[in-house]
Amino acid sequence: MTDTASAMQLLNRRSLLSRGSVGLGSAALASMLQSQTRGSTLADPASRLSNKQTGENRPHHPCKAKSVIFVHLVGAPSHLDLFDYKPVLQRLDGQLMPDDLWKGLRLAFIRKQPALLGTRFRFRQHGDSGLELSELLPSLGQMADELCVIKSLHTEHFNHAPAQLFLQSGFGQFGRPSMGAWVHYGLGSENRNLPGFVVLITGDIAGAGNSLWGSGFLPSVHQGVEFRSSGDPVLFLSNPDGLSTDARKRIIDEITQLNSIQLADVGDPEIATRIQQYELAWRMQSAVPELMSIDHEPEHIHRMYGTAPGKPSFANNCLLARRLVERGVRFVQLYDEGWDHHSGVFGGLRAKCKQVDQPLAALLLDLKQRGLLEETLVVWGSEFGRTPMLQDGENSGRESDRVGRDHHKEAFAVWMAGGGIKPGTVYGKTDEIGFHIVENPMHVNDFHATILHLLGIQHDELTFQFQGRPYRLTDIGGKVIAPIVG
Amino acid sequence: MTQSRHCSRKTWISAIAALLSIAVASISPSATSSLIADDLNFDSQVGPLLRSRCLQCHDSTTREGGLRLLSRSDLLLTNDSGTSAIVPGDSLKSRLIQRVTASNPDERMPPEGDPLTAEQIEVLRKWINHGAPWPESDRTQLQHWAYRVPQRPHVPKISQQEASGGSTVADPDRIEPGKQNPIDAFVRKTLEQSPAELSPSGKEIPARLLRRVFLDLIGLPPTPEQVIAFEAEPSPEHYAGIVDELLASPHYGEKWAQQWLDLARYADSNGYQADQFRSIWPYRDWVIQAMNQDMPFNQMTIEQIAGDLLPNSSESNRIATGFHRCTTCNVEAGVDPEENRVNQVADRVTTTATIWLGTTMECARCHNHKYDPFTQQDFYQLFAFFNNTPLEVEAPKDGGVQYEVAGPVLKLFQKEQVAAGTSEIHESTTAVMVEMPARRSTHVFLRGDFLNPGPQVTAQTPMVLHPLEASSTVNLSAGDHVNPPNAEYTRLDLAKWLVSDQNPLVARVTVNRWWAAFFGRGIVLTQEDFGTQGSAPSHPELLDWLAVEFMENEWSMKHIHRLIVMSDTYQQSSSMTEEQLAKDPYNILLSRGPRFRLSAETIRDNALAASGLLSTKMLGPPVYPPQPDGIWRHVGRNAPKYETSTNDDRFRRGIYVVWRRSAPYPSFVTFDAPDRASCVPSRSRSNTPLQALTLLNDPAYVEMAFGMARRILLDRPEDSLEERLEYAFRLTCARQPRPEELTRLASLLRAEQQRYEASPSDAAILIPESFENPKVPLAEQAAWFSVCNVLLNLDETITKN
Repeated sequence: MTDTASAMQLLNRRSLLSRGSVGLGSAALASMLQSQTRGSTLADPASRLSNKQTGENRPHHPCKAKSVIFVHLVGAPSHLDLFDYKPVLQRLDGQLMPDDLWKGLRLAFIRKQPALLGTRFRFRQHGDSGLELSELLPSLGQMADELCVIKSLHTEHFNHAPAQLFLQSGFGQFGRPSMGAWVHYGLGSENRNLPGFVVLITGDIAGAGNSLWGSGFLPSVHQGVEFRSSGDPVLFLSNPDGLSTDARKRIIDEITQLNSIQLADVGDPEIATRIQQYELAWRMQSAVPELMSIDHEPEHIHRMYGTAPGKPSFANNCLLARRLVERGVRFVQLYDEGWDHHSGVFGGLRAKCKQVDQPLAALLLDLKQRGLLEETLVVWGSEFGRTPMLQDGENSGRESDRVGRDHHKEAFAVWMAGGGIKPGTVYGKTDEIGFHIVENPMHVNDFHATILHLLGIQHDELTFQFQGRPYRLTDIGGKVIAPIVG
Repeated sequence: MTQSRHCSRKTWISAIAALLSIAVASISPSATSSLIADDLNFDSQVGPLLRSRCLQCHDSTTREGGLRLLSRSDLLLTNDSGTSAIVPGDSLKSRLIQRVTASNPDERMPPEGDPLTAEQIEVLRKWINHGAPWPESDRTQLQHWAYRVPQRPHVPKISQQEASGGSTVADPDRIEPGKQNPIDAFVRKTLEQSPAELSPSGKEIPARLLRRVFLDLIGLPPTPEQVIAFEAEPSPEHYAGIVDELLASPHYGEKWAQQWLDLARYADSNGYQADQFRSIWPYRDWVIQAMNQDMPFNQMTIEQIAGDLLPNSSESNRIATGFHRCTTCNVEAGVDPEENRVNQVADRVTTTATIWLGTTMECARCHNHKYDPFTQQDFYQLFAFFNNTPLEVEAPKDGGVQYEVAGPVLKLFQKEQVAAGTSEIHESTTAVMVEMPARRSTHVFLRGDFLNPGPQVTAQTPMVLHPLEASSTVNLSAGDHVNPPNAEYTRLDLAKWLVSDQNPLVARVTVNRWWAAFFGRGIVLTQEDFGTQGSAPSHPELLDWLAVEFMENEWSMKHIHRLIVMSDTYQQSSSMTEEQLAKDPYNILLSRGPRFRLSAETIRDNALAASGLLSTKMLGPPVYPPQPDGIWRHVGRNAPKYETSTNDDRFRRGIYVVWRRSAPYPSFVTFDAPDRASCVPSRSRSNTPLQALTLLNDPAYVEMAFGMARRILLDRPEDSLEERLEYAFRLTCARQPRPEELTRLASLLRAEQQRYEASPSDAAILIPESFENPKVPLAEQAAWFSVCNVLLNLDETITKN
């Protein structure tokens, strides 16, 4: 066994060689989970967070947020029916929009002069902050004092896929790293048995596809890993039928032994990394099912979230998100599909809100009770908002339940909670019909800059050299919106 | 990585320093002082003024508004404003004067500090009115290495005794077994001159060498029989014969097409929300066949960029133009077809510049390149070459909302043998480029916004590179294209310009890409960027020698590949010593052979070959190997269904696997395959636990382990256990197992067999019916599955050693 012994020696040397003085602490193990091979032409650790002396990824400035739960409502919910109440729009309900106000605006579906459409929901104020929310979000109302609602986000794209890419990667076409990949690249992960960037999906995958959690030109270790709610939670996690856990262990041990012999022979440190990846895979085989199994959560937790073990739902994903950040996963992305209400906007919103209101409020409360809300930034976001004008594709008439709202990129609402955001606040203001921003506009670049700031990252310092220039999430824009930082 | 990045940063800093020193030198008193008439002196008046009040924002690193003030030619370039900074001889029309004299403080330059004094403004006025003379050492004389046409460097002489294998003196024109290969001479020289004091490694053991060259040239492993035959006679002549066979193999094109299709962003779907199928696989087949025929790279280029414009263009010429129809296409409701088209054309410009010029043009879409000598005007002049293509999105009629993909397609008819003597005609289409009869006018889009057109431009190539006229020197068998007088240049002119032997970049960029595929890293590390921000070449003379060799040998890809695999450098052992690891962990000096993980497709192809399941059927529509349910659950109308191939198609090579952009084949993604939505010059190579899970448990790989187990028992019914194990080992690693490895595998096999004998139901559940062998006990088959699962997971199996 001298071969193997010397292989193990090499293995240790590899650890020293590649990770300097950090040794095998949790950070080093985390980085092994994402180890990048030497051969790549893309890896560029020198340009991530600037702690070049220690080799550790440490934030640029002190911060509260350690992890992010980003909930993307795919299809784009109507800000006008949930967060941005407009009495004037109610008064003008049914009146035709003057041509000079809408012609020339880029709209997906509306082609002829549209009427204005007021909301059919009641709004009321909640909590000490008096935050105004739609009756569709009663549970969230109870957490109103935790929320910071931004009513003045605007984007550059009005089609789903480009706008989704823009929200997630700061660029309306394919090829750039997603926000989660940037954060993971900058900060790494704190869990040694789980990926640092996890994606949970309810419904179909959003229009822009896997690129929404892709790593673009960053090393592919930073891409998000989808935890699936049916079948294997992580692709290929479970062994073939008939192959027992013990048999799998023996096979992995044998692979390790043979790889060690090879390591001793050819001396390539990459083999040592490979050996560690198999050990991690083995640990993931138990860590991931343990994480995904919510059966053992107490009854009151299930009641709070509205979760039912074994029945995939948005609520389950919210609970899983809490379990993930609890275990040190850096970035958790929830996608929930079904918010593209070109028709039946009122019925559609009622049904969708029913699915998300309680679990999201439960997530905030649960995090708060565990002392995790302070260090977890929770974000509600969508690729754009909806028009105050009515879309009536079926000519069924304004009174019909079939009316909807078209895509709207000029102004929409998102909220954040926890992670050092100023709670119980509203930022920005739209005009009297919720159409254009009149106060404190916030570009998607600013939104990104602020999220990174809350994580201790200076958005213009988190760069990656590609094609001869340093790229960043906020491209050439972005400013931190200081008034919403606590 | 840190080290190399460090290097390139240093180079970068010194390059900038060099630029600055030129600027400074040209303004120093030692330069000419008699340049300017009257009492005006550039060195003492104009230069210091520019330096103290302008360069802070307008040097090559900042370049605000696209303006750089380091040379006279800089002053004449069109900036983000759409005009140049000065009009020589006319200070009134010069924007520079307008800006420094503006009364509005928001307009006035410089934006910080006091405005220029009347005397200072007068100096600038006079200087411009005199034609804005600049001292002779204009910066253009100090050209970045990559913009100078490569000259064939002298091949270093290596003494008889140093050259391995008793080689004779270098002969650059002929590469024969046992003769000195110029690659080795250059590599040796660099190695010797390096302070690292490393010496070259010895020759790789025959089995590993054979596997290496098989995987590199055809992407498939040698059979155990081929390995044993080579081990028996590992002579250079034998090796050379095998290399020639591999280069002639139809599998060569299947292997090398992958790299090209990453660049061409080839996929079988449109991308975006409505990620529906498109038919463009005949283009993929064209690439495979062109590579198999060793179509000269210049011809390959011309056919792909402008095959439709060749005189009497053939069907094959037109299929080739699918290259630039591989762009994504957005047909979501409300999309502006013109915006989609503009994005596509911009993608064609940047992709072309990346592939043929190693140049990043993306930034120049909105403003002048900050670091390299490319302007926004250059971008839109290139844009003009591609601007005469029709819209590819059809807006709905009569106020509807259903947008459709509408680009031009070519109808194809293929004859397929269905049974002995009978054949069927299949009709298919493939997306192609066409030129519209009426040309669009092209404008610079201010800030890149297609709704904000600036000055009009015509098709032209970047000023810093060779003139467009040079393309007429390219002679193709297809015949020369003659421009009618006064006509605008076309895509065909651009194509010929790209592969002109006066193009300083194309050959270097191309051979570098191949080099990276063989050695794991390019001579220029940044394959996508040969500009001033790219890394400097590790072996500049070798790069230039290869580039010239390539051009002078009819742009033959196979010639260069042969040269590389015939070199001693390539054939070195890839084992690493402690000294090598410490001094040169990334093998920049090439003191050892290449060793790195295989690509996603090759990992699968290699395992399929080992399992005996591989189908070598070539070409045709995409195939659907097994993948888990739910991968294609994706928003969007008429989303295609994934219908897993049930025949041999499920075992065809990776190059034929359907590529849906929103969800590419999952095990390929795990092994770093891109989404093919944009041009990818090099894939990353990660090492993750998800890869382990894939090879262990992906039903496709599980199936391959069963196939391999069945094959061993069928192929070697009479063999002893050790002989079977050796055969199995050779199927995945080619070499003979070490005794220790054999012992381990044998004891695993025996132990697993005993365990399955004790719990026969496990074995019965494990082994799928289709793989059962009635002549062998189930427990033994299950034990062989374990062994094969181990072998297919070895680092050595998924690595080019």
